[in-house]
Amino acid sequence: MNSLILTTATRLLVALLLVFSIYALLRGHNLPGGGFIGGLIGATGFILYIVATSAAEARAALRVDPASVAMVGVGVAALAGLMSAFVGQPFMTGQWLFLFAEPGEKGLPLSSVLVFDIGVYLAVFGGILTLVFALEEEI
Amino acid sequence: MSWLLVNPILIPLLTAVLAYMFRFNPAGRWISVAGTVALLLASVLMMAEVLEHGVIAAQMSNWQAPFGITLVADYLGAVMVVITAITGLATVIYSLAEIPERLERLGFHALLQVLMAAVCGAFLTGDLFNLYVWFEVMLISSFGLLVLGGSKEQLDGGIKYVTLNLVSTIMFLSGIGLLYGVTGTLNMADLHLAVREVENQGLLTTIAVMFLVAFGVKAALFPLFFWLPASYHTPPVAVSAIFAGLLTKVGVYAMIRTFTLIFDHDVGYTHQIMLWLAVLTMVTGVLGAAAMNDFRRILSFHIISQIGYMILGLALFTPLGLVGAVFYLVHHIIVKANLFFVAGVAKRIAGSTDLARIGGLYAHAPLLAFLFLIPAFSLAGFPPLSGFWAKYVLVKAALDLQMWFVAGVSLAVGLLTIYSMTKIWGAAFWPAHPEGKRPRLGDVPVGERLALMLPIIGLALLTCIIGLFPEPFVQFAETSAAQLLDSTDYVTTVLGVQP
Repeated sequence: MNSLILTTATRLLVALLLVFSIYALLRGHNLPGGGFIGGLIGATGFILYIVATSAAEARAALRVDPASVAMVGVGVAALAGLMSAFVGQPFMTGQWLFLFAEPGEKGLPLSSVLVFDIGVYLAVFGGILTLVFALEEEI
Repeated sequence: MSWLLVNPILIPLLTAVLAYMFRFNPAGRWISVAGTVALLLASVLMMAEVLEHGVIAAQMSNWQAPFGITLVADYLGAVMVVITAITGLATVIYSLAEIPERLERLGFHALLQVLMAAVCGAFLTGDLFNLYVWFEVMLISSFGLLVLGGSKEQLDGGIKYVTLNLVSTIMFLSGIGLLYGVTGTLNMADLHLAVREVENQGLLTTIAVMFLVAFGVKAALFPLFFWLPASYHTPPVAVSAIFAGLLTKVGVYAMIRTFTLIFDHDVGYTHQIMLWLAVLTMVTGVLGAAAMNDFRRILSFHIISQIGYMILGLALFTPLGLVGAVFYLVHHIIVKANLFFVAGVAKRIAGSTDLARIGGLYAHAPLLAFLFLIPAFSLAGFPPLSGFWAKYVLVKAALDLQMWFVAGVSLAVGLLTIYSMTKIWGAAFWPAHPEGKRPRLGDVPVGERLALMLPIIGLALLTCIIGLFPEPFVQFAETSAAQLLDSTDYVTTVLGVQP
């Protein structure tokens, strides 16, 4: 599509959407958000880029094959679930690490739940883009 | 214990990731083979545990039922996972010789593994919404396999397949929503208890019929089956074999599970509908097959007619009927996948699956002809093959209820099945090839011949073993039917309390 307004706005919007998708991903543990919706928002950014420029340019901007991103995502999510095996708990049980924790102070909480969510983010992001690229490029 | 239940889902998923990473490399296909062997081992280990304990359950993420997702394996679930692994292994080995490198590079093995993970997930989950998720994963991966390579014919079949299955999915999801609104839970064991306290039993029956329609599309029941013959003859043979073996059976399994565990409040109404659907499915399927002239199309219509038998077993809702349904389910997966494999070899050496354009297989490939007869006769119900016992139990169950008409129809359908099997035999095997070709197995390179024939021989052996030594299998099906009709074990194992 050759619209000057769209192409100009897209440059700003793509960056905004990608940042917002990360925000939604990180926010997801206790509040609305999470990997799935984050992945969708991130994919929207690239879909907008496809609409404003072309599928070829969007592919060049993405640099990696979206299907590989999706499969890595599935792998990351599965491995995050496997972490609980090392402490003898059932599959997918959340594992927590509290960095710099002091008595009465939780410190910086890191969890396998977040790793799982990142996997979901990548899987959704890559999966949606694979579909959209397939639709855009064959026509 | 919990890992035994997770393994059959986790192994194919991780294999898919690895196989995708190595898709440009011959190692990718061997990763796929190794992963499927591991899946088979894991499912056998799980089966051993189930045989010992009856029902086993695991709470994912350590969230107790009914709040988290529960994985459950009873006799039926466990045997379905084992059979999935066996069919999967046969398909992966067969695909070594059939799938061209071009499709492997597009991620064939990864999609196949994801499909297996989804099928195992559907058989093991104890949560209705989780079942929906596995159905979706199954739909996405099977659509990918169906259109992989993107020929015009494949896309045509793929669109019909996905459109109708989406309708079923929407129906399923709406049903889940309503059921949750009525009972406030989606854990199947918890639902078993909750539906008894619902005041508006009429609404529950409505929901039950929605599930019947949703699973009816998946299982290719009359009159919702038309997506199946429109799509199953288009993809590579390895793909249509695993579809034919497993996909519709997930619908049948889901129907058996929900209509024994949850919707058994108005059996006179729901199961009566099911009974007539089953009869009509048997008849239309076999008549459709009689009208076809293509190897794979005939087999596709036969899937439909055989689905009717399984649903018949469920609809009778007697212990013997369910024994028949479970036995039929297992026997059918093996036989049907095998027939598709044979069709694939026939296509490879004789050049086509169109019956008018092939021939001479009996004269030049006698081994293949013999290996076709075993599953074909088993499908039609010849003693002493596995199909005979499956049909025998079902007809006996119908006669016990004095349903003469139903029993008569199922016997007549068996006869018509022989008719279309002889049609294949009379066109593809007996006469000489119309173009004077000599379809010899020996013309296929040794390695590929091995990969093509091993799955066929293995599955034919299984058919013979079930047929000649049916006793342990029938006993297994009896225990399984008892578990289905009396859900106490299932519910206590999942919820950890006496109902």
